[in-house]
Amino acid sequence: MAKDQSAEGGLRSIPALLERNVKEFGGRPAYREKEFGIWQSWTWAEAADEINALAMGLLALGIERGDHVAIIGRNRPAHYWSMVAAQKCGAIPVPLYQDANAIEMEYVLEHSGARFIICGDQEQVDKVIEAQVRVQSAEHVLYVDKRGMRKYDHSRMNWYHDVQDEGRAGHARLEGELATRTAELDYDSTCVMLYTSGTTGKPKGVVLSNRNVIESARNSAEFDTLGAGEDVLAYLPMAWVGDYIFSVGQAYWTGFCVNCPESEDTMMTDLREIGPTYFFAPPRVFETLLTTVMIRMEDAGRLKKRLFDHFMAHARRVGPAILDGKPVSGGDKLKYRLGDLLVYGPLKNTLGFSRVRVGYTAGEAIGPEIFDFYRSLGINLKQLYGQTEATVFITVQPDGEVRPDTVGVPAPGVELRIDDTGEVFYRSPGTFVEYYKNPDSTASTKDPEGWVATGDAGFIEEDTGHLRIIDRAKDVGKMADGSMFAPKYVENKLKFYPNILEAVVHGAGRDMCTAFLNIDLNAVGNWAERNNISYASYQELAGHPQVMDMIQSHVEETNESVAQDPMLSGCQIHRFLVLHKELDADDGEMTRTRKVKRNVITDKFGDLIDALYTGKSEQYTETEVTYEDGRKGKIKATLEIRDARTFPTAHTQGVAAQ
Amino acid sequence: MTSQTAQETTQDTDSFVTPDGRTIGGVIMEMKNITLRFGGVVAIQDISFDIREGEIRAIIGPNGAGKSSMLNVISGFYVPQDGEVWYHGARRPRMRPYQVAEQGIARTFQNIALFDGMSVLDNIMTGRLTMMKSNMLQQALWFGKAEREENAHREQVEKVIDFLEIQNIRKTPVGRLPYGLKKRVELARALAAEPKLLLLDEPMAGMNVEEKEDMSRFILDVNDEFGTTIALIEHDMGVVMDLSDRVVVMDYGKKIGDGTPDEVRGNQAVIDAYLGVAHD
Repeated sequence: MAKDQSAEGGLRSIPALLERNVKEFGGRPAYREKEFGIWQSWTWAEAADEINALAMGLLALGIERGDHVAIIGRNRPAHYWSMVAAQKCGAIPVPLYQDANAIEMEYVLEHSGARFIICGDQEQVDKVIEAQVRVQSAEHVLYVDKRGMRKYDHSRMNWYHDVQDEGRAGHARLEGELATRTAELDYDSTCVMLYTSGTTGKPKGVVLSNRNVIESARNSAEFDTLGAGEDVLAYLPMAWVGDYIFSVGQAYWTGFCVNCPESEDTMMTDLREIGPTYFFAPPRVFETLLTTVMIRMEDAGRLKKRLFDHFMAHARRVGPAILDGKPVSGGDKLKYRLGDLLVYGPLKNTLGFSRVRVGYTAGEAIGPEIFDFYRSLGINLKQLYGQTEATVFITVQPDGEVRPDTVGVPAPGVELRIDDTGEVFYRSPGTFVEYYKNPDSTASTKDPEGWVATGDAGFIEEDTGHLRIIDRAKDVGKMADGSMFAPKYVENKLKFYPNILEAVVHGAGRDMCTAFLNIDLNAVGNWAERNNISYASYQELAGHPQVMDMIQSHVEETNESVAQDPMLSGCQIHRFLVLHKELDADDGEMTRTRKVKRNVITDKFGDLIDALYTGKSEQYTETEVTYEDGRKGKIKATLEIRDARTFPTAHTQGVAAQ
Repeated sequence: MTSQTAQETTQDTDSFVTPDGRTIGGVIMEMKNITLRFGGVVAIQDISFDIREGEIRAIIGPNGAGKSSMLNVISGFYVPQDGEVWYHGARRPRMRPYQVAEQGIARTFQNIALFDGMSVLDNIMTGRLTMMKSNMLQQALWFGKAEREENAHREQVEKVIDFLEIQNIRKTPVGRLPYGLKKRVELARALAAEPKLLLLDEPMAGMNVEEKEDMSRFILDVNDEFGTTIALIEHDMGVVMDLSDRVVVMDYGKKIGDGTPDEVRGNQAVIDAYLGVAHD
């Protein structure tokens, strides 16, 4: 894409980009969705037609400039079209997390004052109706999937396709108005409003302008030379800024194709069928994939298992170097090629990564072991560091300079600054406009010169210019003896073990570190099956003595590895317990993007933390849980607490936290 | 959720509108004085009831009451010694199971009867077997008509898969599925036949609460979206009372109650059968 086509070329909004794409790549696929077992596709011209019809339908329903349009549903072309249609009408799309409950939804609907709500299906409509009782602003509800909706009161509710038909029927009447409104959009008008996941409190509405989105998309697309031929799989929550940038911003800027899976459960199959060339996932997805691979290898035949182990060891040794184009001996290269033929190639194909040219992980720090696993297979997985407030990009790893312990160099157009306390600040064309209806927060986050505080502690490496993030600035602390406490560093190491799903490390201001752990029911369940261990519930499996032994060995291995780093050696886990329930967003213990809310956990499991530090060997506890249908119940359990072996600090030059 | 206001009951005395806005049509099947014996055992004794178009009709009763036998009579699998089965206004002669299927009646079984070694997709495709017109040779050669026909059938099957939300197990062998999903696949196979009358033999047996809720929703959706008439046997009283429009209660092969869930709930004979009654 040539540079002179930027703002000066008239490309000042997403609808303007759409128009250009229709002209330039009108016949190329813009969207695909698997439905009824077949990949259905829409070209840019067809997509534009769908979007126009909906936009005119919304006009007919009385949408005004500046209205907020909430969009709730899984990744489907119709939902992406809804966002662009809203923009064409001069309204502002507000995608929401589809797994949010009615109370969370109520807050965001109320706060944004959305007049129009576009729902994916009956489930979302039900939640909206529940919230609507108290939210006055909501006027019209549209739904995409008709199923089960026949008996609802339709006085203020419409089927998405009926609205489109109405728009098409009235095109002669509505076209003029739509063209006027679309032409009014400029570089500084609001493009989208996205709610933060709310690790530390109520979600905030981040207002992003067309400038933010388009410049970020352009810079990042040029950084990785993305072209119109890319394929991406859109499967991450639409409410997340990452999905907006990849599936809308970059897709519209470069004209590549967005593929939507058939359902949430078929993501793995769809990934394999599409074989994306550009792939984006939070560490969680890579962890889950790795766990699946490991479980399946455990069940594989002896020969296959030995082949896998042998070649993976080789890949770990030379794979990353080969990927970075560093010199490697001829023998190693030959063996790697053989491994590619026998193991890496088929494995990548199974995972759906055969065609990946650029892969990114972000959202949270990824465990170095997990990161290296994928890179050693020859997948160009890189890290980036970003935020909703920055329209994703703050730092990115350039090809050939990828390391697990840094998050890369400042993205094009981004300035970085580290203040005296170690907190990272940035300023960029992607810097958000404001928090909606929250000038105080805006002022405390963004100073008058445009510098934004990230809330993360980090430093810039002098020789390479790469940024290294230590932890959330709030989470990094000191232990009682003054040594550094960086919980996430240890947690990520623990989570590398397929058996461990989640870990929460405590230790700020204490004389030792302790941990809560969650087992991964898939991995441990599979192991239990192979070892003839019967169990009736998650709780029973989690408390099984053999499971405890296994987890203990993982904790001790982690300690051994943590001890290698002189700076963080104090973070070794002295005592741990395996929680009786999985940490869950429905119980408020995690955000919808599955980040642990530390303060909630500290409050909720205070008795268990006390037990960890008072030397008890078991502790009785009761915990309130929310079931899927909203009822509440209590789980009672007596948890075993174990001591883990710790190791003396190594005096080699270690790797600092990431 | 607000339901649409019930329309005025139409002139046709045969049909009426339920409180939630569905139209229940005239009688499509009528059982007249059915008696079924196995040697000396009388499984069903002189039972009569009808099934109306578009309704969800439940048959309940304690163990051994003869419910499954009744369903087998409806599906034509058992032929009663006495009594008549009337379907669409005509007395039904003795028929083979495939002929019953061709008449638009499909069923599921209490003990799942699927092909374990076949994929979910293939299992559901068997539901459309009676509609396939190409012969074995054409199918083996996969040429012309056979190919077109299978594509058309596959399309219909995919709609059912989408409806029951089992896309993720499309290619999984049925033998590897958990019980609750197998039940759903069985329902899918029955639906693939596009039945007018769907017979469900204990669709919720052995399920946990969540699976029961899912299954209830599917049953209601099938009835609502396709207008399929449903006759079901079920043990879970809560489910029966929530789902069905009318209930037949059986005990020891006899009919002891028939009516709306509320009427049946207040019936003394039904209460006695379920809660037991003191014997002198």
